Amino acid sequence: MKKSIDPISRRSFIKKVGAGGAAVAVASLTGCKVDNKTESITTGTSSKKEPGEMTYRETLTTGDKVSILGYGCMRWPTKPSPDDPTEQIIDQDAVNELVDYAMKHGVNYYDTSPVYCKGESERVTGIALSRYPRDSYFIATKASNFNSATWPREESIAMYRNSMKYLQTDYIDYYLLHSIGQNGMEAFNNRYINNGFLDFLLAEREAGRIRNLGFSYHGDIEVFDYLLANHDKYKWDFVQIQLNYVDWNHASGRNTNASYLYDELDRRNIPAVIMEPLLGGRLADMPDYLATRFKERRPEDSLASWAFRYAGTHPRVLTVLSGMTYMEHLVDNLATYSPLEPCTAEELDFLEDVAKGFIASDAVPCTACQYCMPCPFGIDIPAVFGHYNKMVNDGTIDKTTRAEAFNDARRKFLVGYDRSVPRLRQANHCIGCHTCEEHCPQSIKIAKRMHKIDSYVEKLKRGEVYDAEA
Amino acid sequence: MLRKIRIVLALVFWIGVTVLFLDATGVVSGWLGWMAKVQFIPAVLALNVGVIVFLAALTLLFGRVYCSVICPLGVFQDIASWLSGLRRGKRFRFGYAKALTALRLVMLGVMVGAMIAGIGIIVAVLDPYSAYGRMVSSFLIPAYDWVNSLLAGAAERADSYMFFDYQYRPTTVATLSVAGATLVAIVALAWWKGRWYCNSICPVGTILGVLSRYALFGVKIDVDKCNSCGLCSRGCKGQCINGKAHEIDNSRCVGCMDCIDICKHGAISYGRRNRRVDVKTAIPVQDGADTSRREFLSLAALMGTTAAVKGAEKFVDGGLAAIEEKKTPNRETKPVPPGAQGIKHFHDHCTACQLCVSRCPHGVLTPSTDLDTLLHPEMSFENGYCRPECNVCSSVCPAGAIKPVTVEDRTAIQVGHAVWVRDNCVPVSENLECGNCARHCPAGAITMVPSEFGNEDSVKIPSVNAERCIGCGACENLCPSRPFSAIYVEGHRNHRVI
Repeated sequence: MKKSIDPISRRSFIKKVGAGGAAVAVASLTGCKVDNKTESITTGTSSKKEPGEMTYRETLTTGDKVSILGYGCMRWPTKPSPDDPTEQIIDQDAVNELVDYAMKHGVNYYDTSPVYCKGESERVTGIALSRYPRDSYFIATKASNFNSATWPREESIAMYRNSMKYLQTDYIDYYLLHSIGQNGMEAFNNRYINNGFLDFLLAEREAGRIRNLGFSYHGDIEVFDYLLANHDKYKWDFVQIQLNYVDWNHASGRNTNASYLYDELDRRNIPAVIMEPLLGGRLADMPDYLATRFKERRPEDSLASWAFRYAGTHPRVLTVLSGMTYMEHLVDNLATYSPLEPCTAEELDFLEDVAKGFIASDAVPCTACQYCMPCPFGIDIPAVFGHYNKMVNDGTIDKTTRAEAFNDARRKFLVGYDRSVPRLRQANHCIGCHTCEEHCPQSIKIAKRMHKIDSYVEKLKRGEVYDAEA
Repeated sequence: MLRKIRIVLALVFWIGVTVLFLDATGVVSGWLGWMAKVQFIPAVLALNVGVIVFLAALTLLFGRVYCSVICPLGVFQDIASWLSGLRRGKRFRFGYAKALTALRLVMLGVMVGAMIAGIGIIVAVLDPYSAYGRMVSSFLIPAYDWVNSLLAGAAERADSYMFFDYQYRPTTVATLSVAGATLVAIVALAWWKGRWYCNSICPVGTILGVLSRYALFGVKIDVDKCNSCGLCSRGCKGQCINGKAHEIDNSRCVGCMDCIDICKHGAISYGRRNRRVDVKTAIPVQDGADTSRREFLSLAALMGTTAAVKGAEKFVDGGLAAIEEKKTPNRETKPVPPGAQGIKHFHDHCTACQLCVSRCPHGVLTPSTDLDTLLHPEMSFENGYCRPECNVCSSVCPAGAIKPVTVEDRTAIQVGHAVWVRDNCVPVSENLECGNCARHCPAGAITMVPSEFGNEDSVKIPSVNAERCIGCGACENLCPSRPFSAIYVEGHRNHRVI
C-alpha cells in the first residue's frame, strides 16, 4: 500500500523561527524528529513544529497543483443574528479570517455547494475568496439534488449559473454531481441523464467554464460502478469519496468500503478528493481507551492529525477536505500537512486495529453534516446524536450501568442533554416518519436510533440503572 | 433575650418556608416539607389532628407564638413593620386601640362559612400561609429562576452540573393579581398599622386569639413598677397594650416580646399569668364538610381546525423547523394529580398556596382560571407531563388536598383517560407513520391499529384502552400535532386505583 508520493512534497527544509532567532529543522518525510528541546527551554512554549511548506498534489488532466489540505465550506462559523438572537447566521468576518490564514499557508482548494449552511455557503465563500486573484485558488461546487423541485433542466442550469454568481466567477474549477448514489440509479437518471443536464455539463467543460468535472458518491454502489464503467465516455477528471481509516474496511450502512472505491479510482488513474476524513469529527474525539493508544505513540499530536495523515498517505489522493470551523482546527491541520508525513506500514496496521475497536463502540455514526435537517417535526437530529456520542466517548453511559456511579452519570447525561438540545427538539418527539433517512449519507437508521436513545433517556429519568442487555 | 429567641426562630421558619417554594430541585426543600405541614389552615383542611392539637396546646401554653414565629405572613408583616419603624421617629408610632371584635368574628364566620360551603377562593385568600405562598411564587420565584439561569449558564461554561435550568414554573394573570393585591395590602397595613391585619382580619389570628386568652404563660405588667408612661403602648405593633390601665389584650398579643425590652422600668415580663376568666364559647373549628359543588359543564366544542403539522420542505441543509406552541384543549373535567382522590376532595382541601405549582418539576400544574376553582392548581400537558417516577406534589401538599402517594402507587392511580381526536392525528391527516403516543405510554394503554379495518398495510392509528390509561398526559404532551394534540386527557371526577 505504500506507494511513492508526488515529488513536489518530497523535500525537507529549514525554517527560521523568529523569536529566538534559532533555526529549527522540521521533521522530514522519513519521520525522524528533530530534538526541539533547546528551543522550548528558551521560549517556554511547546516544541510542536511550526508549519513548514504545504504538500501539493497534481491533477493529470489539467495539471493543477492542489494543496493536500482542502477547505470544506460546509461548517462555517456562525453567530447570533442581530435581528433575532435565537437565529444563527454565518460570521463573515470569522470566515474571512480563516480564509486569509488558509490562503497565507498555501490552502488553494475550496469546496462548497448550493445547499451548504442553509444555502449560504457559496455566497459567503465567494465574498471571502474574491478578495484574492482568481488564479490563486480553486473552487469546487456542486449540482445538488436533495429537492426534486431542482431536478428539471431549467432549474438545474439556474442552480449552476447561480453558483457562479455567488462565487463571483465565470468558471468553476471543480464541478461535481452531488452525492450520486442517494436513492439509486432511478434518482440518478432522473436528476442528470433524462433531463440532459449531464450533457449540458460536458458541453460546459468543453467550453472551459468547467475545468474539471467529477462526482461525489454516497450510498448505492450501482451508480458509482455505472459511472466508472462509462469513464471512457465521461472522462471524469476527479471523484470525491468518503475515506478514512474506519471506512477503509468498515463502512457503515449502505456505504461501500473506501478500499474498494479508492482502488477503482486508482486503477483508472482518477484523482480522489477525500471527504469525511474525520468521520464528521468523530475520529478527533474517541473513547478514552482508544485515545490513549494514539497518545502513547505521539503524545503531542492530535487525534485528528492521525486521520489526516492517513488520508494523505494514499498517493492517488488529490486533496483532503476538512470543514474547519475554528482557527485551532485550521492551525492543527496545516501543521499536519506542512508537509505531510505519511503513515508507516506499522502505523497503518495500528489504525486498522483502532478502527475495529471504534466500530465496536455504541456511538452513532453521525458526522453532523446536516443533510437530514430540517426535521419536519423540529428535532435537532445531529445535536441529539452529538450529545449521545459525547456521553459514549467520555464513559458516562458506561457509568449509568453501574449502581455506584449511577447518580452522577445520570445527572450529567440528563442535565447535559437539556443543555445541548432544547426539550422540544429532543429524541422523544421523533415520530418515526423516516423523512430524514433518505438524506443521510451515512445511511443511519435515524428513527430507530432516536427511539433507542429516547428509551435510554426514559430509563435514566425513571432512575433505573441501565442494563444494555435488557 | 426572649425577643431575640423569637426573632431567630421566626427567621428560621420564614426562610425555611420561602426556600421550600424556591428550591425547584428538591435538594434543600426535601428537609423542609414539615414547615408547610404545621401551618394552621392546611392542617385543618388535611384533618391533621396531631398538628392541630399541637398548635392548640402551644397557644394555650405560650399564647399566639404561632403568629409571630411559624406563620410566614406574620413574620413578613413584622419585617415590613420593622422597616417602617426604622424611619426617624417612627418606631413608636402605635397606640392602644380597642379590639375590632365584630370585624374579627365576621371574618372568622366568613372563613368557616366558605370552608363549609367549599368556596375555595375565599379560603385561599384568607389563609395567611397560602397568601404568603402566592406572593413568593408570583414575585420571588421569577427573580430566583432568573438568578438560577445565570448560575446554570456559568456552570455550563465551567462544565459543571451543579446548577441547571429547569422547567419553566407557570403562573397566571389571576394568581399574579391576587398575589399582587395581597402584597400591596399587607405591606401597606404593616407599614402604618403593624399587626392590624393579623388582629382584625386574619381568621387564624382570631381563633388562636380565643385560645390565647386562656394561655398559661403570657406578657404581664407589674403595676408596682409601672409609671404609666405609655411607651409600651406606642411601641406595640399589635396595639394591644393599654399602658394607662396596665392591661394587655391577650387575644391580640402575639408574644413578640418587644415590649419587655421597650419598658425602661422593667415593669413588663413574660411568665405565668394570673388569669381573669371570662368564658366565651370557643368557636368550633371545622373541616370542609359535605357540600355540593357546582357542576361545571363545558361543551366539548373541540378543535375545529386540523392542526398544521407539516414542516418546511427540505431545500437546503441544516436549519430547524419552527415549532408551534401547544394550546390547551377544552377539557370537560380538568384532571388533578394522583393523590387528590377526586375533583371534590381536591377542591375542598386546597388552599391555593401554590406550593405544588412551584415545585412540580414538569410544569404540569398551573393555577386555574375558572371562577369556581380560581387559583387551585389543575393539570395540563402543554409543557410536560405527569412523569411516572414523580410524586413531588403529593409529598409537599400541606393541606391534604393531594394526599401522599408512593411512586409505586401513583402509576396505579387513574386520574383521567386519553381521548383520541381523529382529524388531528398525523397518520390520518398526513398519512405518516407515527405512534409516538403508544411508544411513550407508561401504562401500555395505547395500541396502534390499522386505520382501515382488515387492511394490515394501512397506516396505523392509536386506540386507547381507557381501563388501563392513568391520565398522565405523556401522549398529549408528545403528540406531534400542533397547536392541538390529537390525543388529550379528560379528567375523572373520582380517581380510581387500577
